[in-house]
Amino acid sequence: MAQYSWFSLLRHGLSHHERWPRAWRSPAPKPAYDAVIVGAGGHGLATAYYLAKDHGLTNVAVLEKGWLGGGSVGRNTTIVRSNYLWDEAAHLYEHSLKLWEGLSRELNYNLMFSQRGVVNLGHSLHDLRDLARRAHANRLNGIDVELLSPERIKQRVPLLNIAPDVRYPVLGGTLQRRGGTARHDAVAWGFARAADARGVDIIERCAVTGIRQDGGRVVGVETERGFIRTPKVGLAVAGHSSVLARMAGIRLPIESHPLQAFVSEPVKPVLDCVVMSNAVHVYVSQTDKGELVLGAGIDAYTGYGQRGSPHVVENALAAVVELFPAFSRLRLMRQWAGTVDIAPDACPIIGLTPVPGLYLNAGWGTGGFKATPGAGWVFAHTMARDEPHPLNAAFTLERFTTGRLIDEHGAAGVAH
Amino acid sequence: MLRIECPWCGPRDETEFTYGGEAHIARPSDPAACSDAQWADYLYLRSNPLGAQREQWLHAAGCRRWFNVRRDTVSYEVTAVYRMGEGRPGGDT
Repeated sequence: MAQYSWFSLLRHGLSHHERWPRAWRSPAPKPAYDAVIVGAGGHGLATAYYLAKDHGLTNVAVLEKGWLGGGSVGRNTTIVRSNYLWDEAAHLYEHSLKLWEGLSRELNYNLMFSQRGVVNLGHSLHDLRDLARRAHANRLNGIDVELLSPERIKQRVPLLNIAPDVRYPVLGGTLQRRGGTARHDAVAWGFARAADARGVDIIERCAVTGIRQDGGRVVGVETERGFIRTPKVGLAVAGHSSVLARMAGIRLPIESHPLQAFVSEPVKPVLDCVVMSNAVHVYVSQTDKGELVLGAGIDAYTGYGQRGSPHVVENALAAVVELFPAFSRLRLMRQWAGTVDIAPDACPIIGLTPVPGLYLNAGWGTGGFKATPGAGWVFAHTMARDEPHPLNAAFTLERFTTGRLIDEHGAAGVAH
Repeated sequence: MLRIECPWCGPRDETEFTYGGEAHIARPSDPAACSDAQWADYLYLRSNPLGAQREQWLHAAGCRRWFNVRRDTVSYEVTAVYRMGEGRPGGDT
């Protein structure tokens, strides 16, 4: 792997940046691998990277039906934070945030990870109590958080309207300073390049059409490009988890919904942190290019169409304009949707399945992006050791039978 | 925006309706007799198909009645609308 550095940038500048090598190979699938990961999104590529780096498993393929990073990893609103309520979720997301903090250097790839702070707003007494409860829980788990008055929030976010006479006035909030944003495409590309350098084959345009079993065990996957033999298959396909699991005869407690996001035209710097509000269902940040990145709540109906209904956009924009009256003059440049896999308790399922050799990383719903390195890290451990790591031991498929749910609807909100 | 034809009121915008999830899931008649797995299946497991899906909608801002819809989850096209208790018109899909 050619190392990226100031020196390489300078050297390639001399040849007008026309001789940069490919960042990863585009190999044909081999007939057999030690492990196959389905889905070359952030989670799948991170899993492949950690399988190779931490567990010595390099004869690994990542199969992708479309193009690398073309699904949810390229469609989210890039927010990273770890202020979750319950211990299990807080530890998992905090582990992920700690990985983020060293990841650009580790991958030798600029992920543009920016710990600009994440502000969560409260608009009612109940909101404030809920935020305070979550903040105290965060502190007990060693996660940084501050409770803010409306005036303190106004100091940090000068354009925010904290007037008391709006429909949902800002009554307070929390701030996680270590939270922020990262460039989502770069995360997929950085993990792809680092995994490829360790020998992982990333195979695009190779949809999995079946999961072959023999004697109740996984023996390989049927693909558009033929059968690939492997004893371990890891599913990291987000919105399509139910579809892939059904190929192995497994029904999941998951429903796939459209989730919409949009960006405005670029403007000068006006917002230097992430602002989220669960109550009015909106989250906004400003990119380095100057565009405002805005996200809505999920569309109510299920769907795989990667598009949603306009009234959901309208609701989100109404909330943005009330919170930031100055934004009312901006025009939107792009609007899109991803497909999010929602579990009943708004927490992921990462672990073994009833079929030996088949592993599942699903149900991240609206919040998978922030967990990309952490999810890959624990999923690689689970696949390599055939048992979950303590960090993901609680996130089993069985919890929906035993009733041991981890209800994170309050902290999950919709931001990711 | 979806346009849904309420079996009582005719075609209306999606904003008049509330989505009610997968249709034809029968609540076990004797919950206490269910195993944990059977109860979990009723409560949480969903088909979540890619393609034709049977689902429930409520005409919340209209006649306030529930009914069933067959809709494609990729094109979002509504291919059938029928009242509760009318079986599954159009076969198994």
